[in-house]
Amino acid sequence: MEDIEEIEMSGREIPKIGVYICWCGINIGGVVDVPKLCEYAETLPNVTFGKEYKFMCSDIGQSMIMDDIKEGTINRVVVASCSPRMHELTFRRACREAGLNQFLFEQANIREHCTWVTMDDVPGATKIAKDHIRMAIAKAQKLKPLKVLKVKVEPATLVVGAGIAGINAALDLGNSGYKVYLVEKTPTVGGHMAQLDKTFPTMDCSSCITTPKMSEVARNPNVELLTYSTVESLTGYVGNFQARIKKNPHYIDQKLCTGCGSCAESCPIECPNEFDLGMKPKKAAYLSFPQAVPGQYTIDMNHCIRCGICEEVCPTGAIRYDDKPEYIDITIGTIILATGYDPYDATRMKQYGFGIYPNVVTALQMERLLSSFGPTGGKVRRPSDLKEPETIVFIQCVGSREFTGKGRKYCSRVCCMYATKQARSYKEKHPKAKIYIFYIDIRAFGKGYEEFYNDAGKNYGIVFIRGRVSEVYETEDHNIVVRAEDTLIQRQLELEVDLLVLSIGLEPRSDIDDIARIFNVTATKTEDGFLMEAHPKLRPVDTLTDGIFVAGTVVGPKDIPDTVSQAKAAASSAATLMARGEVEIEPYYSTVLDFRCAGCKSCIGLCPYKAITFNELKKIAVINEILCKGCGTCVAACPSKAIVQNHFGDDQINPIIETAILKKINKREVKVE
Amino acid sequence: MVFDPYILGIFCNWCSYAGADGAGTSRMQRPANLRILRVMCGGRVDPQFVVNALMNGADGVLVSHCHPGDCHYIEGNLKTVRKMPILHLYLKQFGINPKRAKYIYVSASEGIKLTETIKEYVEEIEELGPNPITGGF
Repeated sequence: MEDIEEIEMSGREIPKIGVYICWCGINIGGVVDVPKLCEYAETLPNVTFGKEYKFMCSDIGQSMIMDDIKEGTINRVVVASCSPRMHELTFRRACREAGLNQFLFEQANIREHCTWVTMDDVPGATKIAKDHIRMAIAKAQKLKPLKVLKVKVEPATLVVGAGIAGINAALDLGNSGYKVYLVEKTPTVGGHMAQLDKTFPTMDCSSCITTPKMSEVARNPNVELLTYSTVESLTGYVGNFQARIKKNPHYIDQKLCTGCGSCAESCPIECPNEFDLGMKPKKAAYLSFPQAVPGQYTIDMNHCIRCGICEEVCPTGAIRYDDKPEYIDITIGTIILATGYDPYDATRMKQYGFGIYPNVVTALQMERLLSSFGPTGGKVRRPSDLKEPETIVFIQCVGSREFTGKGRKYCSRVCCMYATKQARSYKEKHPKAKIYIFYIDIRAFGKGYEEFYNDAGKNYGIVFIRGRVSEVYETEDHNIVVRAEDTLIQRQLELEVDLLVLSIGLEPRSDIDDIARIFNVTATKTEDGFLMEAHPKLRPVDTLTDGIFVAGTVVGPKDIPDTVSQAKAAASSAATLMARGEVEIEPYYSTVLDFRCAGCKSCIGLCPYKAITFNELKKIAVINEILCKGCGTCVAACPSKAIVQNHFGDDQINPIIETAILKKINKREVKVE
Repeated sequence: MVFDPYILGIFCNWCSYAGADGAGTSRMQRPANLRILRVMCGGRVDPQFVVNALMNGADGVLVSHCHPGDCHYIEGNLKTVRKMPILHLYLKQFGINPKRAKYIYVSASEGIKLTETIKEYVEEIEELGPNPITGGF
């Protein structure tokens, strides 16, 4: 591809524009008359011909363009088809392969902005299509050949979040030989998966499959684990990001700590335990859970009273009350965001009594209760009197599929299966227990899920009742009464049970806005609050910011298999960039015309990238083309029009505006509004 | 002859253009009055583009870019927003209703909002009537 010699172009030659109009099957061709558009295009100045084809993006479509370029009949290409965000690169590549400078191509969007939004209005769509084609041709007249800038890609990745997604991505990249910085906010890796008891539908013990991965990622020589750390700021661009990472103080020297646990044993302070979701206190000097990686202790300074007992008992003298946060600066080529989710806050659904009645727990708390290293040692006991429940009710879709505004509109995808799993898991230990699951629909969509659900009803005797619970209240002995309608047999039900489990959904993290802001991916936040993929089907792990990828529940609710597949996809996408070693950057940078610059310095303060400096000798502004990202803010602001931007210059945009509007101007009849 | 407003949209590549693509992909129908010109950033929108469009007979110009804080280029959008009041003042002095130049924020996921805004703006312009510079229709 690199061998192709580029046809010499100065940008001043007479444009010979080839216009190619795509039918896009019936997407465009079914609304507007494509052959007529071709005829129309041929009437416009400097257009050599207008051609049409069913799918311009196909190989045949592309070779149409390439053949015409090679024959020398055209030196500018306009394709009227879909959005340039979709296929600009495809057609640019075709131009390049035929020897034409790729920036002598312009795309007119007659699908997303035309036929798809005015499907029933054929004359309207035709009018817009003509306008868009005319605008693209106007720009094509003024296009100039440009040289792409190439920058080196630093062979290192920053993975944010060390849940199962982050761990898998880090391992894949580390094993491929790339340097990985794995940043985790909490003192241990593992994320939510480490909290789970079992995984559906195989009933694998969750920690048995997570902990080996956790220690593997800690051992991998290419992975630098930065736990209890956060990313403070990010600058740079694809291939060359600079991140500042804040390592929070552990108040225990992590190098000296052997993880013996004497500090926690002797610590007199008990404080809320995030890992066990408040069901068992932790000491102020703590290890999140026994299998935590890394296995060093941390002091929770929000609760520590600095009594000094741990300092006395620590055999290695590792306690540091005056520990300070540490900042490290790293340079990375790619970034993977795997920051995960927050469980839905069930106190918002007041009708279910969570936070009011002791025996109403969330499903994540149920996971901890079921877990062998949980607060009750694997024996499920209800919080009020530590009795093992004989009857349990699960309420599905708590905070999901909720259109009243208290919850989220989407389906959280995992609740049907984890409730079934928890019910089965409890039934295995207590075959006589009665378990009811109130659902709206059971969504058992994955591999082996439907069988798992079917089995739960048939062989485990778990009762699935279709109906949303209307009321929950407590009896004197803290039993929970659940009122609902079984909508299949249309009968009112009232059940008195020992324990009520709320199948809470998955929500975007509460700090998702900060994450999005730091990594400059805010523009890609979807309505539901999760981050958005660059393309929901074809670029599921890319963001709109080059070099930043996403994996796992940061994009939306998903189960563990999907999360792991995404993590591996993100790792492979990051590796693809790094393996190539360099990336091409669109050369949309601006330059200062020194003979016009008056040296007013207006542009310098406006540049968000500090790319403009002032030449004191010549008294003019100078733009560094590598630092310049091509936003064009300075171009719009320069009072003497001394700054020109590549590809989006005033001399390119103004002709578009002028030719776009075909209105006769009658200056004599101008009335003041 | 029925008045068919000519509206030129100047959209930033990262938020609003993507939002308009999203509206298209979701087939959200809107009146056929808007043509979209793509620039990389809202900051690139020189007020002269708006004036130029109005001088050439556009009935309305819709400038759309990222929400504050969401700009792909950190804050280019805000730089343009600050030029807005003076442009409106300028248009007024020259006898053009400032409503003919509208600035909006549309993110990549706000296809619905964009479609609604376009519908409203078309109605607004229909009420205003044709750009006086064209001498009617």
